[in-house]
Amino acid sequence: MNVIEIKNLTKYYGDVKGCKNVNINVKQGEIFGFIGPNGAGKSTTIRSLLSLIYPTSGSVTIFGKDAIEFGSEVRKEIGYLPSEIFYYDKMKVIDLLNYSASFYEKDCSQKIRELSEIMELDLNRKIQDLSYGNKKKVGIVQGLLHSPKLLILDEPTSGLDPLMQQKFFNLIAEENKQGATVLFSSHILSEVQQLCNRVAIIKDGEIVSIQDVKALQNDNYKKFTIRGTGLDSNKFKIDGVSQIKEKDDEVTFFFKGNINEMVKIISSFKLSDMLVEEPTLEEIFMHYYE
Amino acid sequence: MNIFKFEFKMLRKSIFIWGLFVPFGLVLYMSFYPWIAADTEAFESIMANFPDEFLSFFGMSAELPLFSLLGYFGLTFGMIQIPLAIQASNYGFHILSVEERELTADFLLSKPVTRGKILISKCLAAFASLTIVNLLVWVASLIILFIVKGDETVNFTNVNLVLSTTVFFQLAFFGMGVLISVLVKKVTSVLSFSMALGFGMYIVSSFGSILSSKLFNIISPYSHFSPTYILINGKYEWSLAIISFIIILVTLPLSYFLYQKRNIASL
Repeated sequence: MNVIEIKNLTKYYGDVKGCKNVNINVKQGEIFGFIGPNGAGKSTTIRSLLSLIYPTSGSVTIFGKDAIEFGSEVRKEIGYLPSEIFYYDKMKVIDLLNYSASFYEKDCSQKIRELSEIMELDLNRKIQDLSYGNKKKVGIVQGLLHSPKLLILDEPTSGLDPLMQQKFFNLIAEENKQGATVLFSSHILSEVQQLCNRVAIIKDGEIVSIQDVKALQNDNYKKFTIRGTGLDSNKFKIDGVSQIKEKDDEVTFFFKGNINEMVKIISSFKLSDMLVEEPTLEEIFMHYYE
Repeated sequence: MNIFKFEFKMLRKSIFIWGLFVPFGLVLYMSFYPWIAADTEAFESIMANFPDEFLSFFGMSAELPLFSLLGYFGLTFGMIQIPLAIQASNYGFHILSVEERELTADFLLSKPVTRGKILISKCLAAFASLTIVNLLVWVASLIILFIVKGDETVNFTNVNLVLSTTVFFQLAFFGMGVLISVLVKKVTSVLSFSMALGFGMYIVSSFGSILSSKLFNIISPYSHFSPTYILINGKYEWSLAIISFIIILVTLPLSYFLYQKRNIASL
């Protein structure tokens, strides 16, 4: 069953394109990643799911119901963490969380305590005195406190230190095990790879590809940087190599294919240094646009 | 109910300040009356030198001279309407726009609650706050009139009639504020918007009385509930008061409708 169905979603802000013809289905129980650079249309798509903005055309269905017509009903089971978090500054953390909990017809106090303990969040501080990372924690607790069936997280990890990030990932994985479906947006590929089952890639407001994360990792391009004297870039031109660049004693290219063949070619040269990296998100996008 | 409680709590400080200073201003002004009454002749000769247009600018008229208690009260209440208008428009501009300006809209609107309910709860919280200030002004007016009246007999029915206009006066300004806030993309500064509306309408109404211009009087709620008219005639000036009722009945439902359709801005 699909928890989220986005059909031909298009949103224009006046003449400015937010997103165009976005089609995404998120299945029950999966952790779905949504990646793209800043301004690609991630937040536009996500904010349409919550009917914070209304689509120019297309439709959004959540739990089988229209997300606009049944908005308030659908939102009972959604936990949302916005990318930019702002709360009523003068409130104490606990008061904000209690206010948030007051919108749901269940007792959330136990869950609030649990979550803030895990995230090491001080409940008695005023929100305006919190650092960005700590505000993010408030956002996370606020999004999870009612044990929602669908978690929508818009760039949740920005501002968290690596340790917290790991705790947060564990938390999400745990919620997922309990049955929550997760939509997770990010501009950092490695995050998405760590957590998600499937991923949609968006650029300039349009979905470029939807893939299995495992497949993405397996077929993915690797970026090779080879340094040494007497390198001949023509020798590297085998199937699966693209964007070869030669500069002084350095050759760079992307490669996707049989790694053994590449190793053979490389070993025929005398190298001073070699680097094999995951391409950055931008570099992956360049491939999708070739 | 939770939104109402929350919003009302957020307005606490504001209610305290307005509820203290507006009645205080009224009491302070009115407490000068015994000196004026003691020196009526001197004032009369000064006033005789001013042209009628000047006097009507300040809401004075020949039928209700300034040196009578109710004349002085009418003038004072006309002044007190300015802060009341500013407060009401302030809440109007503030109550919905604050969520977008301070970017808390993503928090509130992603909760399982309809926008209609949010708007109604917020408006009720603002209305409750305005009513508290309204009642404080009402009570302060009656008390200070009682204190300064001396031996004069005062027509308290007419005074109450004047005071009863406050609720409509406030709602008209509140409604205009809310409507403008959902029409514009962003209310950058609530204070300047509400000062402009509160003072602007006062000036419009003053020009209305100088020029005896129907148009100016139609536009400004100050003219719809002129205290002087009510104190002289013992009734609302219905042909104008009805316009304020229409403003209330149009602005609030229209805002409700527009807010449903609004795209909530984010960073």
